[in-house]
Amino acid sequence: MSLFNWFRPRPATAPVARERLQILLAHERAIGGGSDLIATLKEEILAVIGKHFPLERDKVQVKLDRGDAFSTLEIDIEVPTLSRGNAGGVARVALRG
Amino acid sequence: MSKVLVVTSGKGGVGKTTSTAALGAALAQLGKTVVVVDFDVGLRNLDLVMGAERRVVFDLINVIQGDAKLVQALIRDKRIEGLSLLPASQTRDKDALSSEGVARVIVELREKFDWVLCDSPAGIEKGATLAMHHADAAVVVTNPEVSSVRDSDRIIGMLDSKTARAERGERIEKHLLLTRYDPARAARGEMLKVDDVLEILSIPLLGIIPESEEVLRASNVGAPVTLNAPQSLPGRAYFDAARRLTGEAVPMVSLVEKRGLMEKLFRRRVA
Repeated sequence: MSLFNWFRPRPATAPVARERLQILLAHERAIGGGSDLIATLKEEILAVIGKHFPLERDKVQVKLDRGDAFSTLEIDIEVPTLSRGNAGGVARVALRG
Repeated sequence: MSKVLVVTSGKGGVGKTTSTAALGAALAQLGKTVVVVDFDVGLRNLDLVMGAERRVVFDLINVIQGDAKLVQALIRDKRIEGLSLLPASQTRDKDALSSEGVARVIVELREKFDWVLCDSPAGIEKGATLAMHHADAAVVVTNPEVSSVRDSDRIIGMLDSKTARAERGERIEKHLLLTRYDPARAARGEMLKVDDVLEILSIPLLGIIPESEEVLRASNVGAPVTLNAPQSLPGRAYFDAARRLTGEAVPMVSLVEKRGLMEKLFRRRVA
């Protein structure tokens, strides 16, 4: 077994680093972006969507990604299971601008 | 026209002081007049890396507080013409740096030199914000490692919001300097690749400095690597970066060291 491991190449860890950074920084840029824009957006989305669905605060995620040519605003809204028997889902809106 | 450049990173130990010294010495050897300014009050080290630790009489704080004139505090490099050092104080702390004082010194330095390179302390406190405040451009020194990339991202955010240029609604030029890069490890998937870091931080690449024994050798003897070993891989990489700072279009060549003899070049475009 140990001899087996010796010859097996060790898995690449750089892609893990890359993915962890992308997730973390998307979050940190959103909260530390120096403006209340993200918080305001979240409140307004909660108010509008909340009129139609019972929403939990932490099911609404607003992310702003800084890019070279453009930045991306990503809004994730998880809605509860609907009464018509459909499974609940994630409404995802991505705006580029 | 003079240019104020801050060398910053957020994280400590990634190579800010080494890079300030190497870029400063390279720019001076390219015929520019250069001053390297140590903003790390209380933990100065640029004097040591530049080999001028025994020549410090007055420092940045003395000049700010009016105890010495700027010309008295400037230390001229004996090996490279046109290169000077303004050391930080070792005995005081960062509170001795005043915003108006720093502004005054920077104005005076702009009159005397083509390039003013500010070596920022680590962190995001007063010393770091004052070092970046008057900058026209920034070199963000980053290691291909998660904590360094995260801190660089934070610093980029501060450059875009806390500098005098940002406050006036102007853009501050930002350059990524990737240091301690090991192309072989990156190729094996053990280290973030240049493109990974560029994609995450989204600022243009100034240079890639390979991990090399020459960097420690240079600091051991108190000489910037661009003076001590200008033909070494890091020496050449710093020279290329310095040329790019002056506006020259130098193709991005990452130099791979193999068994000390074989050198392989792989080319990439300047971002």
